[in-house]
Amino acid sequence: MNSESGPVVEAIIDSGDGAPASPIDDPIVFEQLIRQRAAREQRRTRMMRTGRQVVVLALFACLLGLLYSLYKVVGSAIDDSQSGWPIIGSILPGSDDLKMPPVLDIVTGIFEEPRGTNEAFWSIVGKEAAFTLREAAVGFAIGVIVGLGIAIVLTTSGRLERALVPHVIASQTIPLIAIAPIIVIWGRKSFDFLPFEWQDWMSVSIIATYLTFFPVTINGLRGLQSPRPENLELMDSYAARWGQTLWRLRLPASLPYLFAAFKIAATASVVGAIVGEISAGVKGGLGRRVLLEAQRYTTGPERLYIAVLGAAVLGIFVFAAISSIEYALVGRKGRETVT
Amino acid sequence: MTGTGGAVDSHPLAVEIRGGSKIFNPGRHNEVKAVADIDLDIGQGDFVTLIGPSGCGKSTLLRLIAALIDTTEGTVLVNGKTADAARLDRDYSMVFQRAGLFDWRNVSRNIELPLELMGWKAADRRRRSAEMLELVKLGEFARHHPAELSGGMQQRVAIARAMSFHPKLLLMDEPFGALDEMTREHMQNELLRIWNETQITVVFVTHSIPEAVFLSTKVVVMSPRPGRIAAVVDNDLGERNEATRDDPAFFANVTTVRNALRGGERP
Repeated sequence: MNSESGPVVEAIIDSGDGAPASPIDDPIVFEQLIRQRAAREQRRTRMMRTGRQVVVLALFACLLGLLYSLYKVVGSAIDDSQSGWPIIGSILPGSDDLKMPPVLDIVTGIFEEPRGTNEAFWSIVGKEAAFTLREAAVGFAIGVIVGLGIAIVLTTSGRLERALVPHVIASQTIPLIAIAPIIVIWGRKSFDFLPFEWQDWMSVSIIATYLTFFPVTINGLRGLQSPRPENLELMDSYAARWGQTLWRLRLPASLPYLFAAFKIAATASVVGAIVGEISAGVKGGLGRRVLLEAQRYTTGPERLYIAVLGAAVLGIFVFAAISSIEYALVGRKGRETVT
Repeated sequence: MTGTGGAVDSHPLAVEIRGGSKIFNPGRHNEVKAVADIDLDIGQGDFVTLIGPSGCGKSTLLRLIAALIDTTEGTVLVNGKTADAARLDRDYSMVFQRAGLFDWRNVSRNIELPLELMGWKAADRRRRSAEMLELVKLGEFARHHPAELSGGMQQRVAIARAMSFHPKLLLMDEPFGALDEMTREHMQNELLRIWNETQITVVFVTHSIPEAVFLSTKVVVMSPRPGRIAAVVDNDLGERNEATRDDPAFFANVTTVRNALRGGERP
């Protein structure tokens, strides 16, 4: 890896307890060396962490494929002897190659070019996943801003909180599939006043926002109210303004709560985007792909499975992205608590 | 180390309370008469302890001085101003039983918090927080985080934070209540050293009689329900050090305060 001053630090520190080498006498140089070493160690543990995660994920995928194949074997055996097993035979879902395409078909299907195209299927699904990711990301960003905004407003007064929280909860009881077409129609007909041309994917983003803001508001509210009374009294005793208390106490204290919400919201925004595409009939994303492959299932069942896998990978990706931001912002970075 | 210069060009009385009383939830079933008819003068540079049994309104009285709560009746003046004006002028600083450091900030940044709120420049904040860390003898812990410090060290950081902008008055609400006896005595010595070095005025709430007598120039004994001042014991022990804890004059004053507390409990 990088060799910038690395071994030198080691050498100096290792010989440190005897007669100290001259650079160590300078506290600034010494602190710089210590910090370089700490940064290097941090990078190394970080890389090991990611490596381990990739291995675990690959093993998990293999295990899943194995279980899937195993069920196919057992299931087809039951299918063959269905007369002898009347109840189980009719309860367990069938496992012939149309209902459950073999793992090998799914894997090769990823690299095949579907008829009428000259592009590998993974590339097509990848582009559609990127389209859905844009919808989800924009929806997530708006949802975080709106959700946090509502939480901050609700923090200002207990009466406001009691009055509005039931409405926030009620908003989530409206089925997403029902409002999706309405939002698309609004987008096409009534958003003329905007300085840019409204596009259908933006409507899907709004649908994703609808799922995203809720966990952010609820967890954000708890987080913003999490500082202990004496910490709030401390800010009062310093005659801190409302905004100063928000920025320096309430928001930092709410970060662990917010990131828990962001993880839920990020995966929900992907779900919202896919469901939104399907129920609003928006072209270009994974939702559309799932719908299409379901319609022509008999000619290529593995492609529906691949599309669903693509959606799952997208969900894992956004979750992992939020987790790494959390780690960078509020990670403990190997500190030990003194007890 | 720099002094606060608190006594210079300021009002002769740090705290002046006339007929102060506080009723929580007045007129409701959970009404609590916390303190009543408080008359109290605290001079600049005094070290005054408020002592009494649990629920006698010591903390309420301290919060009235801090203008964290309003009086129901009477007036509270701090440095000749209303308590709230003094709060807005940052005339005082508070230390609580729990250190209450922000665990997402390192020690140095915790000490800088009030300076940030007052709009100090970064370089000035750095310099002052380094000074303060020297004052509480935690120089080498500037970049540590609160969770990496022991309880006593955290409380020293809280004191450094409170002193960082050189307030004229330090209000302390059972600051050593959660510490073990050894750490506690050490912290008492440290606090007296800081008080001697800075000539700051201290109002100190405690329910430990030896702590009150060891630390203060004046012990205010309170009786409960509603909290009233039962006695004010002048406590002139001169220069204090470890030997003071074995001094007959110290024990005599401990007895005086204890008798005053017992008198206050009788109906």
